[in-house]
Amino acid sequence: MSRESALVTAQWVEDNLDTPNVVLVEVDEDTAAYDKGHIKGAIKLDWTTDLQDQVRRDFVNAEQFGELLSAKGVSNDDTVVLYGGNNNWFAAYAYWYFKLYGHDDVKLLDGGRKKWELDSRELVSDEVTRERTSYTAKPANNDIRAFRDETVEAIGVKNLVDVRSPDEYAGRLMAPAHLPQEQAQRAGHIPTAANVPWSKAANDDGTFKSDEELKEIYTEAGVDWDKDTIAYCRIGERSSHTWFVLHELLGQENVKNYDGSWTEYGSLVGVPVTLGDERGEA
Amino acid sequence: MCGATKGGLSLDGIDVAKEAIIQGQVLRGGEGGEPVGNAYVRLLDRTGEFTAEVPTSASGHFRFFAGDGEWTLRTLAPKADPVDVRIAARTGVVAEAVVAI
Repeated sequence: MSRESALVTAQWVEDNLDTPNVVLVEVDEDTAAYDKGHIKGAIKLDWTTDLQDQVRRDFVNAEQFGELLSAKGVSNDDTVVLYGGNNNWFAAYAYWYFKLYGHDDVKLLDGGRKKWELDSRELVSDEVTRERTSYTAKPANNDIRAFRDETVEAIGVKNLVDVRSPDEYAGRLMAPAHLPQEQAQRAGHIPTAANVPWSKAANDDGTFKSDEELKEIYTEAGVDWDKDTIAYCRIGERSSHTWFVLHELLGQENVKNYDGSWTEYGSLVGVPVTLGDERGEA
Repeated sequence: MCGATKGGLSLDGIDVAKEAIIQGQVLRGGEGGEPVGNAYVRLLDRTGEFTAEVPTSASGHFRFFAGDGEWTLRTLAPKADPVDVRIAARTGVVAEAVVAI
């Protein structure tokens, strides 16, 4: 992957609003944002209902994902362009999800909804319907998804990248500062994890920094480019953003997103936890 | 109710005593100006590091649940330069800011 194949600009999107086989998909943390206004022709995915099993804590399976996209009118050979609020956190999560289920051509709108709005580009509130398709999702590719045991085993062995804010990493906050403060059982971070807040990868307008700047940020933070990497945050959405940077923009191999993230790890019995700004020992 | 803000976001259901709340309103031209409903407010920590970001409501309001200490609110809006406002937060207190763009 590369910047050219994984990212499109707001101008590219505006130029391709009516291009057949280009499907715009909005995914927001605030699932009501789409209804207030969205890019013309964009469909909505609700990460809380469409992308999560409603009983267990897990994703929908391949059959359910295929049925979801069929109902939404997305085809296997469509170019899917994802965008959303919060600097594309949940759009990046959906991007990773589309990759997990093997969609070939998926891209992120650089800067997401914020960049689109700050450019004063048009949002509409029309209802969007697409003709039903017959979408077949591939089996889940767990080469890009980390689970808890693998994460515990990675302490002191692989790159662990904690992409939350410094206060969450140190244990001074339990969640992003715009959300109420009740989450995992314990605060802190996984020992040996480097803290590289996802936001370091983005400019203020939500667009990604240049490849050179990105490489320098992770190198300075101590990421060893010869090692495998697991990124995590609180529930796996901000770390999807970092997964996108490392795997899709910088082309780093063997990068996984740990979507259980701190809400799982910080509630596990018996695992080591480090408090404070230092990485901690294995 | 105690702690409610004049025309601002409701604090109903929030245990104000447990939270260090920073909230306010973005106004084009400052006090008495037009509320800016499509601005983005970023919360930066004492080192200038990004901590959170919210879009403003239709009435230009925003709110963060922060921690005790010094913070910076950086506001981005269409057709305006970014504006930084420094503010202190303390648990049990609702810190109010008006951001003029």
